Amino acid sequence: MRDVWSLYSEKVMEHFKNPRNVGEIENPDGIGHVGNPVCGDIMELYIKVNDSTIVDAKFKTFGCGAAIATSSMVTEMVKGKSIDEALEISNRAVAEALDGLPPIKMHCSVLAEEALKSAIDDYLAKSK
Amino acid sequence: MRRIYLDYAATTPTHPEVVKAMLPYFTDIFGNPSSIYSYGQEAKGAIEEARVKVADLIGARGEEIVFTSGGTEADNFALKGVAFANESKGNHIITSPIEHHAVIETCRFLERRGFRITYLPVDEYGGIDPGDVKKAITDKTLLISVMQANNEMGTIEPIAEIGRIAREAGIYFHTDAVQTVGHIPVDVNELEVDLLSMSAHKLYGPKGVGVLYIKKGTKLVPFMHGGEQEKKRRASTENVPGIVGLGKAVELAQQDMGEEAERLTYLRDRLIKGLLERIDHSRLNGHPRKKRLPNNVNVSVDYVEGESMLLNLDLEGICASTGSACSSASLEPSHVLLALGLSPEQAHGSLRFSLGKWTSEEEIERVLEVLPRVIAKLRAMSPLLKSQK
Repeated sequence: MRDVWSLYSEKVMEHFKNPRNVGEIENPDGIGHVGNPVCGDIMELYIKVNDSTIVDAKFKTFGCGAAIATSSMVTEMVKGKSIDEALEISNRAVAEALDGLPPIKMHCSVLAEEALKSAIDDYLAKSK
Repeated sequence: MRRIYLDYAATTPTHPEVVKAMLPYFTDIFGNPSSIYSYGQEAKGAIEEARVKVADLIGARGEEIVFTSGGTEADNFALKGVAFANESKGNHIITSPIEHHAVIETCRFLERRGFRITYLPVDEYGGIDPGDVKKAITDKTLLISVMQANNEMGTIEPIAEIGRIAREAGIYFHTDAVQTVGHIPVDVNELEVDLLSMSAHKLYGPKGVGVLYIKKGTKLVPFMHGGEQEKKRRASTENVPGIVGLGKAVELAQQDMGEEAERLTYLRDRLIKGLLERIDHSRLNGHPRKKRLPNNVNVSVDYVEGESMLLNLDLEGICASTGSACSSASLEPSHVLLALGLSPEQAHGSLRFSLGKWTSEEEIERVLEVLPRVIAKLRAMSPLLKSQK
């Protein structure tokens, strides 16, 4: 009963319970900061880039279970990807990797995508 | 894992004795109370017995009790009923910004229909100053509606004082007493209210049944049109098992209300004290002591969001609730906590524990042991904490 009726998929709960890549990167190559306190979700995403490849990613998030799980998932997905590949990661891809999100929580996956794009933008601006 | 239920303000489990009292009315005594054969009349008798019990509990007369489908219907009935029946006399309604959605949203509906609504100011604890009510009254004021105690942060409002002002001014006065009836003494004469809403499932009765007390002589339009049930004020075949259950719940509440309130107040204060001591950067929402429901604890914890706290508590078997609304369409946090002047972050970081009949000291200790751990884990990943350093 419990699994069928819980708000989140098992995968979301797994990432919520054991979030990957929590924390900050010292001297990051890019930082993304998105969200606002009114909505109750704030994400910070740090990336380390080597040779146009994202070699490390970490996050800090204030938010609900879905916000934490999508932050964790997007940092996992982005590691080892080139900047161009990383820019292709959509919010839907993040949600699908988590076996879906409740419709009302899809905005969390949007936030994860935006955090990633904002970190990449920051990197690109700095490396100009 | 043993489940620790601390969300009694959301709903209570139905008391086993209430279930027992209800059962025959699903089977043996299933008749329609409007039918004249004995099956029907027995059911009718049971409803009238419940009506007297409810009336006794709140100091009313049986004929002033109208059964509804719950607290929300009672609130809708009171507000729309009075507004539409008295339109010729005025168009102004006074209420508070911390009412339950059943009142707030009904007021918004009436606003769209041309009524004017004044939302009273509240102090830092959510308390209303009766003086402000007096000031808000105009010659167009039809109705004042102020809840007796707030469901989120437990503050008890000065209903008797507001009642006196309303009666002197000759204005109808409604109170939403969903959180108070059966928990603290409620007497419609002392409170000088004309209308009072209550709900069975907040006092160990079943869901789907409530009451609107309507003082004799109050002019309001019927809530539902149809048959002659409830003296034509609320048509529809009565929810006989539900009403019988409410009667039994009221009877049980009357027996141990004082003792239970004392026991819960002790546990409440223990939980409040423990949480504030063990969690830095936390604060109590609502009135600190005297003007607070015996079973309500509401704290805001800085740097963390409510739903993520709830999920972690749920993993440890603890059920609570939050004023964060990450899963509601608006995403905006509790209107009640914002009205107290909390920032959106603080409102999103709120947790409510509401205690009840089966809450033990051991359960309180368990929460005090688990919650600081949960918060430490979430704070370690909070971007807000870092920016505060």
